[in-house]
Amino acid sequence: MTKTFRLDGREIPFKEGQTIIEAAAAAGVYIPHLCHHPEFKPHGSCKLCTVNIGGRLGAACTNHAAEGMAVESETEALNADRRALTQMLFVEGNHFCPSCEKSGNCQLQAVAYHLGMMTPHFPHFYPARDIDASHPDVLLERNRCILCELCVRASRDADGKNVFGIGGRGIRARLIVNSASGRLAETNMSVTDRAAEVCPTGAIIRKRHGFTVPIGQRLYDHHDIATQLPLPARRGEGRGEG
Amino acid sequence: MTKLKVATCSLAGCFGCHMSLLDIDEKLFDLVQAVEFDRSPITDIKHCGPCDIGIVEGGVCNAENVHVLKEFRRNCRILVAIGACAITGGIPAMRNNVDLWDCFQEVYHYGIGLENGQIPNDPELPLPFDKVHPINEVVRIDYFLPGCPPPADAIWKFLTDLAAGREPKLDYDMLHYD
Ligand code: SF4
Ligand code: SF4
Ligand code: FES
Repeated sequence: MTKTFRLDGREIPFKEGQTIIEAAAAAGVYIPHLCHHPEFKPHGSCKLCTVNIGGRLGAACTNHAAEGMAVESETEALNADRRALTQMLFVEGNHFCPSCEKSGNCQLQAVAYHLGMMTPHFPHFYPARDIDASHPDVLLERNRCILCELCVRASRDADGKNVFGIGGRGIRARLIVNSASGRLAETNMSVTDRAAEVCPTGAIIRKRHGFTVPIGQRLYDHHDIATQLPLPARRGEGRGEG
Repeated sequence: MTKLKVATCSLAGCFGCHMSLLDIDEKLFDLVQAVEFDRSPITDIKHCGPCDIGIVEGGVCNAENVHVLKEFRRNCRILVAIGACAITGGIPAMRNNVDLWDCFQEVYHYGIGLENGQIPNDPELPLPFDKVHPINEVVRIDYFLPGCPPPADAIWKFLTDLAAGREPKLDYDMLHYD
């Protein structure tokens, strides 16, 4: 007999070892997330996927599904928290969507649309962050980085290259490049790497691909990110397109 | 029927949001039936009196912007931030990590095709700020309508909701940050 748990009152089947978010996605149920990617090890850092697991808050991408557990996700309170977290991500970086190549295909923006974010609300930090344009094919735009470590995981676990890392702590945390000069041109990163397309935001951009899809035809122009499951099937269809 | 009094202004914006408002095309006839414009680039009235709705485009980049914004807040029952610049600082805020003096040098001295450029220095000119800020960092804002610019239909929906005393609600298609 298949095991199940309840998610917002709905029976969700799961296989042993599956996380809540994986089981939900397999059943076609969207739980907002940014640092989770089905192909990579959980990171549990953005906290957007926070759900109520039997009265306790936990990340749906790091907690395993268990027989009979009762999970709440689509509550007003949880979505308000998710919206606040998303607003913080916006003010912590420099997100000027009108001038961003990723706009329309960006998961941060799409999650904000999904949550009905009308304003970033909090005072903007306008942090000073470096751009690295040294690589011939890949642009590193740290102003848009949300430190989800997907590029770190992809480069290490899929590409076997270990090009990226996170340096510094707290508000000084930043994406670093593992080369003597710290510049991307001096790594063996290639534009065909998984790390070049996995970024949910416009922080890692394939050069000369910007603005190729007209406004109105981009991934999230008309379709809520919640309807775009499952994510792996969408590879190369705009997600990660520069 | 008493008409709603509406004031609009553009601070550190490009007037794109105002253009998008005009883009409601023939609905403009319905609009002028229901609305009387106070201070606005449409009327050229210079100061704002008591209004039902104030619509502010653009962020705050200089001292004059702050005066205008405060005048709007004092006079408008409902104040709406319209567009990316009013809500996030927008494109003008991309200068926030460039030294202001360097900006001036670039624009007035080193820009392509410039000869003997001079940095304007007239006492009439408002004092520029070293950073551009969204307007909700200066006054309380009641509603936010994002977009660069928001589509005409979104503006129409938003205003008609407000005028009818409803909480404005946008369909997914109308919510854009770009
Ligand atoms: S990365 Fe996404 S949220 Fe940030 S500026 Fe680009 S489109 Fe906007
Ligand atoms: S560059 Fe992109 S993938 Fe890498 S940590 Fe930043 S947001 Fe995540
Ligand atoms: S998606 Fe679970 S913490 Fe980021």
